[in-house]
Amino acid sequence: MKYVDEFRDPEKAKSLLNAINGVSHHFDGEGKTPLQIMEFCGGHTHTIFRYGVEQMLPEWIELVHGPGCPVCVLPMGRVDDCVSLAERPDVIFTTFGDAMRVPGSRKSLLQAKADGADVRMVYSPLDALKLAKANPDREVIFFALGFETTMPSTALTVLEADKEGIRNFSLFCNHITTVPTIKAILDSPDMRLDGFLAPGHVSMVVGERPFDFVADRYQKPIVITGFEPLDILQSIWMLLEQLVDGRSDVENQYARIVPSDGNMPGLDAIAQVFELREFFEWRGLGSIDHSGVSIRDEFARYDAERKFSVPNLKIADPKSCQCGEVLKGTIRPWECKVFGSACTPETPMGALMVSSEGACAAYYNFGDLEALLAKQRSKKIASA
Amino acid sequence: MCLGIPGQIVDVVDAEKKLATVDVSGVKRVVNIACVVDDTHSVDACVGDWVLVHVGFAMSRIDEREANLTLELLKELGEAQEEIAAMKASAEL
Repeated sequence: MKYVDEFRDPEKAKSLLNAINGVSHHFDGEGKTPLQIMEFCGGHTHTIFRYGVEQMLPEWIELVHGPGCPVCVLPMGRVDDCVSLAERPDVIFTTFGDAMRVPGSRKSLLQAKADGADVRMVYSPLDALKLAKANPDREVIFFALGFETTMPSTALTVLEADKEGIRNFSLFCNHITTVPTIKAILDSPDMRLDGFLAPGHVSMVVGERPFDFVADRYQKPIVITGFEPLDILQSIWMLLEQLVDGRSDVENQYARIVPSDGNMPGLDAIAQVFELREFFEWRGLGSIDHSGVSIRDEFARYDAERKFSVPNLKIADPKSCQCGEVLKGTIRPWECKVFGSACTPETPMGALMVSSEGACAAYYNFGDLEALLAKQRSKKIASA
Repeated sequence: MCLGIPGQIVDVVDAEKKLATVDVSGVKRVVNIACVVDDTHSVDACVGDWVLVHVGFAMSRIDEREANLTLELLKELGEAQEEIAAMKASAEL
């Protein structure tokens, strides 16, 4: 528990850990496999590693780091599409900084910029719209990225562009959806997750109800969780209480930010501008039904995919990558054949090594592998 | 992008477009406040509110204590510095 003292309220952390340890007899013992709890969101993964949350937990709890890092799961073919759009001489291609380094099969956006493409980092889609107004003879494309958390911002920007009649602005839309992706993980045949920490800020937009199916249909407990280390410990405790009671409910640990109905103006904007795609391609997970959105016909003139010809080639993940298995919790990051050898944060091969919020990069960078390996070894010895 | 950053709304720039200035750790920038405005809370009533800002949009009202705790967390995670730098850079676009 070497990190507990870094918590804002170490006493509360200790009492939560005591409570967690207090129910170990329900979950620990001969022949029992560790509980697997998935945190879906990359923000949670970041907190878990920064504060060493996993090392504090008893051996019978294993955290599975989910696919909730939009930069990590962007398929190589989409990055290639970005590069080909950015290389058009009439285009100013705008993107969040996080997406600059994601490797494509030819080059990243950063390399495209170095080679002369007009690629600009922006903080907000509003900045891209401002650039479009300032450069009426150029086409400004905004690389729209992220889960439901950032969807209202791009939708509202399109609505504003439409209201102002700005025509040299478009989105390359790569927004992805949380709920269909959780469903795909639950439907996967090798899945053995026992519960979920649901993403706090996605829930701030969509509310609690979209997660009902996890509790009702799949009978897995799910707790909407904040980003403080104490939030995460408390949510794990709430999940354990559900498991001890034999319940599966949607609970909201992050009610201070997440209203149960979500954000109405945000949801309205999303519904006006976007519709579900039949499927969307993910790095590491392959194609998932309804897991992305595209721009509705009414706003087709703001859709870079329709305005320009985008190659939209499917580039397979490298064969040696086992990101899919790591994402589903069937193997741990360091058990992947290329972890730390052919695949490192400097030269990432797989999705999860790309961004600091990816599980593999987090394991690699935070260097707590020894402690986690020791935890795994002692578990094996204990259960042998 | 996903964690957002807390700031305080200091004035309304354009009530029609729902644009307001937010102060994030001393850095001021114009953000869209459409998602924190409704029938019971007008644009003008937002001045003084603490909000969680995601990519230039205020997405949720928070109390001041929560805002400070979140800012501290983001600093520890190394995310606040990056976010504020991106905000500053975008002001020069």
